Amino acid sequence: MPNTYTLIASNVLSSSAASVTFSSIPSTYTDLVLRVSVRSDRAATFDNIQIRINSDAASNYSRTLLSGDGSSESSSRGSSESRWEFAVINGNTSTSNTFGNGEYYIPNYLSTSSRPASYFGVNEDNSATAYMRANAYLYRGTAAITSMELTPQNGTNWLTGSSFYLYGIKNS
Amino acid sequence: MTTAIEINCTTGEVIERPLTADELAANEAAQAQAEVDRAAAEAEAATKAVAKDALLTKLGITADEAKLLLA
Repeated sequence: MPNTYTLIASNVLSSSAASVTFSSIPSTYTDLVLRVSVRSDRAATFDNIQIRINSDAASNYSRTLLSGDGSSESSSRGSSESRWEFAVINGNTSTSNTFGNGEYYIPNYLSTSSRPASYFGVNEDNSATAYMRANAYLYRGTAAITSMELTPQNGTNWLTGSSFYLYGIKNS
Repeated sequence: MTTAIEINCTTGEVIERPLTADELAANEAAQAQAEVDRAAAEAEAATKAVAKDALLTKLGITADEAKLLLA
């Protein structure tokens, strides 16, 4: 781990929550890394993470995904979405105490023009389902990123034990 | 009670509060939209799969043979 890799904030849920927001993100870094290990209450083996930046609900988000489950693959794209979507994680019919994990890399988050980002993550329910997903994201808002709200895409709540870690990177 | 958690990255303060009625309504709308988006993504993937199968049939090769050609 480079010494420029600094934990900005983190939270491990002691009870379920509908959303987790990192606000007032400092402007002292060049890049952000968001690492999550989460599980939602969706009644399915998997769910997805949604991220809204700066409370911006406009159609400023694009997403291209590549997904595989060991037997089939798929790819899709959304070019005018209101959040970053489809970052796969575990739902609530996964084996108990299993969580999906993933990492977002958001370079140049202080830029006020389009910002690309990446997500790589998996859901593994320790039973029958496993997805691996790589997503390319773009955010077209015109302000530096100062907040990020994470919500389940299909479920209602993040479940107890879900963890969220935001890191800053300097001089990358 | 449905709660929202906000972590102030500058002060370190963690605020846990109940969702407002507007936020609950917005969440429900977002989940409905997410279902629409999910269905659209699945439909797009299914359309691609059908087109892929049709092309393989037209070429008279299997998916594994196609991968071999592209490797």
